[in-house]
Amino acid sequence: MSTMGIQKMTSKEVTKMILNNEELVILDVRNEADFNDWKIEGNNVESINIPYFDLLDDISPALDKIPDGKNVLVVCAKEGSSIFVAEQIAEAGRSNISYLEGGMKSWSEYLEPVKVSDLSGGGELYQFVRIGKGCLSYIVLSNGEAAIIDTSRMIEQYEQFMQEKGVKLIHAIDTHLHADHISGGRAVAQKYGAAYHLPPKDATEVTFEYEKLEEGNDIYVGNETIKVKPIYTPGHTIGSTSFMIDNKYLLTGDILFIDSVGRPDLAGLAEDWVGDLRDTLYSRYKELSEELVVLPAHFGKVTELGVGGLVAGRLGTLYNENPGLNIHDEREFRKTVTENLPPQPNSYQEIRQTNMGKMNPSEHEQREMEIGPNRCAVHDK
Amino acid sequence: MNAMQVNRTLECEGLACPLPVVRTKKAVEEMRTGEVLEVRATDRGSVADLQSWAKRTGHQYIGLKEENGVFRHYIRKSDPTETKEERKFPHAISNEEIHNKLSAGEIVNLLDVREPAEYAFGRIPGAKSIPLGELEKRLHELDPGQEYYLVCRSGNRSDMACQTLAEKGFKNVKNAVQGMTEWTGEIEKD
Repeated sequence: MSTMGIQKMTSKEVTKMILNNEELVILDVRNEADFNDWKIEGNNVESINIPYFDLLDDISPALDKIPDGKNVLVVCAKEGSSIFVAEQIAEAGRSNISYLEGGMKSWSEYLEPVKVSDLSGGGELYQFVRIGKGCLSYIVLSNGEAAIIDTSRMIEQYEQFMQEKGVKLIHAIDTHLHADHISGGRAVAQKYGAAYHLPPKDATEVTFEYEKLEEGNDIYVGNETIKVKPIYTPGHTIGSTSFMIDNKYLLTGDILFIDSVGRPDLAGLAEDWVGDLRDTLYSRYKELSEELVVLPAHFGKVTELGVGGLVAGRLGTLYNENPGLNIHDEREFRKTVTENLPPQPNSYQEIRQTNMGKMNPSEHEQREMEIGPNRCAVHDK
Repeated sequence: MNAMQVNRTLECEGLACPLPVVRTKKAVEEMRTGEVLEVRATDRGSVADLQSWAKRTGHQYIGLKEENGVFRHYIRKSDPTETKEERKFPHAISNEEIHNKLSAGEIVNLLDVREPAEYAFGRIPGAKSIPLGELEKRLHELDPGQEYYLVCRSGNRSDMACQTLAEKGFKNVKNAVQGMTEWTGEIEKD
C-alpha cells in the first residue's frame, strides 16, 4: 500500500509521546460507537472523531477540524482506513500527518515496561503498562530467574524482555481469575516449564493443573533472595490474593487501585463478596505498613500514570485520598460497589471461561474478546 | 438460509476497512433506487461500519446474516424523495385492524410487496411474498374475487401495487398504509 507523504507511528512511539506529555492531535476515523466506547487518551491528547465513511468523497470536514501545523495521528481499528484518510489529508497539502501502525488492535496489545525499583537482594521489579487497556503486570528478576504476575495474553513481549535480561521464567502467578483480559500465565509457564500459580478458591472450575497460592507458602525468585508473600484478600473474586515483595511493595491485584477499588460483581456474586471486599480494604490492608507502595493490576485514567508511566501509590496516601477507602458507612460502601457500576467489560463471561481452560478461542477471537476498556474498578465510568 | 434473491452481490471477502464500505458505496451509486445489494465481507469491522454508513446516507439496512465467518449484509438503495410520494389509492387498512383480524383467527390474504431480502428478515406471519416488480407477471397466483391487504415498508410500494391490482380488476384490495415500519405485532422470519 502506498503511503506517500505520511509517516507510520508505532504504539510504542505514541506511548512515549503520551508519557512525555507531548501535544498530539488524534483524528480517530472509527465509527462513533467504537470511539465512544474506547479511545487513546493522554494529558495533552486532543481527540477528534470523524468516521472514515464520512470522508469517502470529501476530506474537507477533516481539514476543517484539524489544526494546521500540529502533529496529527490518524487512528482506526486496524490501520487500513487511517492510511486511506491520512493520505488524502497529506494530498490536500497538510504535513506532519501520521497513522497508527496496526490501529487500535496494536494499541490494545502494546506493553510498556517501566522499572519500579531495584530490590534489596540485587533483583529488580518492573511494571508492564498495557496503556491501551489499563492492565498492569509485573516481572520480578533476581539472579537469572524471573516471576511474572498477572501476565497478559501477549507473552512474546515478556519473552523478549526476559531474553534481554538473561533470565529464566520459573513462576507465572495470577492474583485472581481475570474477567477483563485473557491471562498469558498458563501459556508462558507451559512454554518455559515454570509453575503456574492461582488462588485455589478462584480455580475450582479450571481444567488444568496449577500450584495453589496460599498464605504462608512463599514463592522465591533467584537464590531465595526475593520473597513473594501471598496475602489472602478476597473481594473482587473470592480467591483474590495480594503479594508483598521485598517488604516494600504490595501488589493488590484488582482489589485496590490508585483512585478506586475493585468491583465485586464480575463473577456474578456482588452481594456475597461485598463483605469480603470491605473487610480486605478496611481491615486487612489497614494492618499493613502505611509505607508500602501499592502496585495494582489496573489503572483507570491516564492521570494515574506517574513518572515514566509508573502506576503506584503509598498505602498511607491511598487511605487519605482514594475515594473507595473513605466510605466509612458500611451501607454506603455496599451501595457504591454494587449499584450504578460501570458497564461490565466486553465478553467478560467468555474471558473467564477461557481463563478457566473451558474455552479455547483462536488468537483472532481472543483479540476480539479483549477489545475495549477494562472497567474493573467501581469508578471507571 | 438459502441464497436470497438480490439485485447485485458484492464480494468483499478478505478485504479490510475501508474497502468494504468504499466498494459498497460505489455499487449502490450504480444501482437503481429500490434495488437490493448483498455485501459479503469477512472483516468484523464491516458490521458496525456498514450499518452506520447506511444510516448516515439514508439507505435502508435490511439485515445481516453471519455464516461460517462471512457477514452478509443486505442494503436497499433508497432515495430521499421516495418517502414523500403521494398516496393515491383510496382504500386503506390500519395495522391494528390487521392485527385484530389475525388475533381473532380470521383468514386474511396478506401480500407483502417488498424485496425478497426485506421479506426474509421479518414479515407479518402468513404474508405471501410478491415483490412489486414481479406483481404483473405473477397475477395468475392471485384471485381477483378475493380480498387482499397489501403491505410494504412504509405504505408507498403497496399503494402502487393496490393501483395495479385495481386496474387488473381486483375489486377488494386495501393498502396497509402504516407499513412494516410501524408493525408492532408478531414477526415471522426465514
